[in-house]
Amino acid sequence: MSRAVGRSLPLAALRYFVSRPMVDGGLLVALLVCAAVGLMILYSASGSDLSAIGKQCVRLGLGVAVLLIIARIPPQQMRNWTPAFYAAGMVLLVLVEAIGEGRGAQRWLDLGLIRFQPSELMKLAAPMMLAWYLHGRVLPPRIRDVALCLVMVAVPAVLIARQPDLGTAVLVAVSGLFVLFLAGMSWRLIGTLVALVAALAPVLWHFMHDYQKSRILMLIDPESDPLGTGWNIIQSKIAVGSGGLYGKGWLNGTQAHLEFLPERSTDFILAVYAEEFGLLGIVCLFVLYLFIIGRALSIATRAKDSYCRLLAGSLSLTFCVYVLVNGGMISGLLPVVGVPLPLVSYGGTSLVSLLASFGVIMSVYSHRRLLGGQGVHR
Amino acid sequence: MRPPARKPLRDAVREARLFRVRAMTALAVVIGCFAVLAGRFFYLQVVKHEEFITRSEDNRVKVRALPPNRGLIFDRRGRILADNRPAYRLEMIPEQVAEIDATLDELAQLIAITAEDRERFYKLKEARPSFQGVAVRLRLSESEVARFAVDRHRYPGVDIVPYQTRVYPQGEEFAHVLGYVRQLDAEDLAQVDATEYSATTHIGKTGIERYYEKRLHGRVGHERVEINVQGRVLGSLERAPPVAGDNIYLTIDAQLQSVAAQALGDSTGAIVAVEPASGEILALVSKPSFDPNRFADGISVAEYRALVNSPERPLFNRATQGGYEPGSTLKPYIALAGLELGVIPLDHTVYSRGYYQLPGQSHRYRDWKREGHGRVDVVQAIAQSVNVYFYELAHELGIDPIHDYLAQFGFGARTGIDLNGEASGILPSREWKRRVHHLPWYPGETVITGIGQGFTVTTPLQLARAVATIAARGRVPHIHLLRQAENSAGGDVHAPRFAPTFIPIGNAAHWQAVVDGMTQVVHGVRGTARVIASDNPPYRIAGKTGTAQVRAIAEDEEREDEELPRHLRNHALFIAFAPVERPQIAVSVIAEHGGGGASVAAPIARQVIDAWLTRGEEEPAVARQGLRPGSADACRPDCGAAREES
Repeated sequence: MSRAVGRSLPLAALRYFVSRPMVDGGLLVALLVCAAVGLMILYSASGSDLSAIGKQCVRLGLGVAVLLIIARIPPQQMRNWTPAFYAAGMVLLVLVEAIGEGRGAQRWLDLGLIRFQPSELMKLAAPMMLAWYLHGRVLPPRIRDVALCLVMVAVPAVLIARQPDLGTAVLVAVSGLFVLFLAGMSWRLIGTLVALVAALAPVLWHFMHDYQKSRILMLIDPESDPLGTGWNIIQSKIAVGSGGLYGKGWLNGTQAHLEFLPERSTDFILAVYAEEFGLLGIVCLFVLYLFIIGRALSIATRAKDSYCRLLAGSLSLTFCVYVLVNGGMISGLLPVVGVPLPLVSYGGTSLVSLLASFGVIMSVYSHRRLLGGQGVHR
Repeated sequence: MRPPARKPLRDAVREARLFRVRAMTALAVVIGCFAVLAGRFFYLQVVKHEEFITRSEDNRVKVRALPPNRGLIFDRRGRILADNRPAYRLEMIPEQVAEIDATLDELAQLIAITAEDRERFYKLKEARPSFQGVAVRLRLSESEVARFAVDRHRYPGVDIVPYQTRVYPQGEEFAHVLGYVRQLDAEDLAQVDATEYSATTHIGKTGIERYYEKRLHGRVGHERVEINVQGRVLGSLERAPPVAGDNIYLTIDAQLQSVAAQALGDSTGAIVAVEPASGEILALVSKPSFDPNRFADGISVAEYRALVNSPERPLFNRATQGGYEPGSTLKPYIALAGLELGVIPLDHTVYSRGYYQLPGQSHRYRDWKREGHGRVDVVQAIAQSVNVYFYELAHELGIDPIHDYLAQFGFGARTGIDLNGEASGILPSREWKRRVHHLPWYPGETVITGIGQGFTVTTPLQLARAVATIAARGRVPHIHLLRQAENSAGGDVHAPRFAPTFIPIGNAAHWQAVVDGMTQVVHGVRGTARVIASDNPPYRIAGKTGTAQVRAIAEDEEREDEELPRHLRNHALFIAFAPVERPQIAVSVIAEHGGGGASVAAPIARQVIDAWLTRGEEEPAVARQGLRPGSADACRPDCGAAREES
């Protein structure tokens, strides 16, 4: 493939992209439908702000372009680049620790042209690294391998948690654990780890920031501070609950339009959706997400090697965690952590990095093992 | 790091199968999680939907109370007496203000807020729900409005609100009739339906404003407004407009009221003028008075205290609450009692030699004329106010018959006027004295009752009613101030009709004799008030002078009232009606410490009667329903019939 790209003129390359997209059509359509739903809710949540829609469209276009490009990179290539990618991510994380900037938390790195969060990079780099490591091992992995993998994922997770960005740290850690799980890590080991985390929870609580603690406490009793930290949860639940079975209708959500609902175009956009489209809308959206996850997992099972399987599987499951955590958050099941609703929430970084990870899954798809045991391009 | 070398032992098929199992497991868990999440949404959106839809509505919708416009008050010809004018007040919605104290401090730099304003604000704040605006200051000046407008954005939950304020254009002249409205406070709120008054700032405290508070207030309106998270109103969802209070037309004639007030001048005292046939009050003056506008504007505690503590008691309505000894104004009624009860015949005469003595007693009850009046009949007795005639008559009548007969004229009983706090006065009897003073009745007390002294206490209002009853020949009018009330929206008119009561007439000639006596008071050669008819007025007046003693007078004391300090001088009284043949007005006048009724009170009454009888025949602005001018006379035959039945 690299040869083909190298010979072509840009125009020819574009034609080539379009004529042979090298993607799973069904999955791509599902992703685009999901993004379209997102734009629709964003229109309502932002108060019919067309400039916000425009910005989001640009980011969506960029994300899809990234997806299409990554989809063409053979997994083998990625595997070769993985250690370097991981190392680069680590360096950037350390740089953020040293010179980063951001509101309340050091998450951003200003590269002049674009400001981005290295932690987003790590969401991809960490599972890649583990998949790369386990690719060469006999599976299920031995304890020593598991231990090493845990270290490789714990270090960036801790660095991110220190920014502090607990949401992303958990997601990075989880994406690594998914690799181990899919690699066949023994159930006994999983049980031990779960027990260990449970035992460490009080210690973790001790190291948490006050705002993080209050978020968890608010979950238990949001009414104790209805105008302060409990406000988000209460207003979000009111938005969801008042939506009812059929919803108040598009653009008719009073919670959102009268600005009772905070963060309504970003983390709480699902509450706007729930208010305006009701339970039926929620179920439809969940089915769409389940389709995406199922499709991505099925791509992973048909991947040609360990690296592809583990990486695609982990990325699909991480995507799923996004949805579940965000859904749990706006419905008051989980604490308020800054996890956006994938493909729907307003914001560029998460959209582009998600579509990038689907680019990886697409690449796995287009280089899958066929019935004859042959890759598409071989 | 470099990728570790592949181991030959790997089983690709087994690893793929292992992955598939794990992926399937994960997918199952994922589906389970989604199911739990969907269950949660089901719980919120279906099970708890009602609760959350309510809370969402509570979030966005607030109910605002809309104050009704207070009904206006007019005189009988439609001249405005109590008006509403637009003004601005500073209002705070406590729920939306975090630091109320600090905010008030800051606001005080822009707008004058007194300690009293604050106190009232805090009390009212407690009495009202926190989402309702509470007035901080009323009647902001234009510069205050402008100053606040500049800084308005700094004070969420505080705003300038336009409202209607009460204005009494005639000021002092009508203070005792109209009363006043005052800023509603927490105690008032406890007395009324708090919902109806949720947007109201003022409430009637005295006078017509208080008596007809319900009618004048109107009904509160409500508006459901959509608000955003800052509490800013975005629009009205639903509106139930307030219903303005009824406009009230009084029986008072503003012009006559003004004449009466000026006639009384600087004297303390009272004037009541009524239309004898209908009992409509044409003028009701009490002096000194006060400016009711001060109350509507928010009177200061100091100013209020000064009014309350003033020795002249300007807030006291002398016309309805003032108790005065009737003095000689009681004589016509005593005479009528003697005639009608058959104690004396029409041609009965008495020789007055200057004093009267009860049989077997040495105490001399003096005549006002030291040398006496000679032989007088009932007409001259009234005309010259011969005490001896009435001492003797009263003694012969006895106190209880006097009480029973005079009670028919309404002495000792409230008139039932539509004002609060009316005094009932005293009409003594044996039973009354035993009950109140736990003492027996002495004959001498009957004697002085004959000239209106002793225990008898009347109000100017009662005197007016009684003289109107003579004018109407036994028809006791229901005294009232409300001519009609009309619903401001639909023009639905409420005009009270009162059934008069009647005093049974034994012989019309008896009544005529008393009226003749009263006419002689003014027009007779020896009439005590002949001074007021010296210019031969074009109509005839029937009247009676009176003097109420302020201090006890010794038996042999020379009465030189004018030499006494003013506060010890007697009260001057005069009752009258005119024209004698077809009475249109009955008046009672009391000038406190005025000295003699003839010299001070009678000329005042004459001015009032003159003003009424020579008034221009303007077309009344209000067409009175049922009772047209002159209908009282038209009613006479029926009244006679009614009397015969009784």
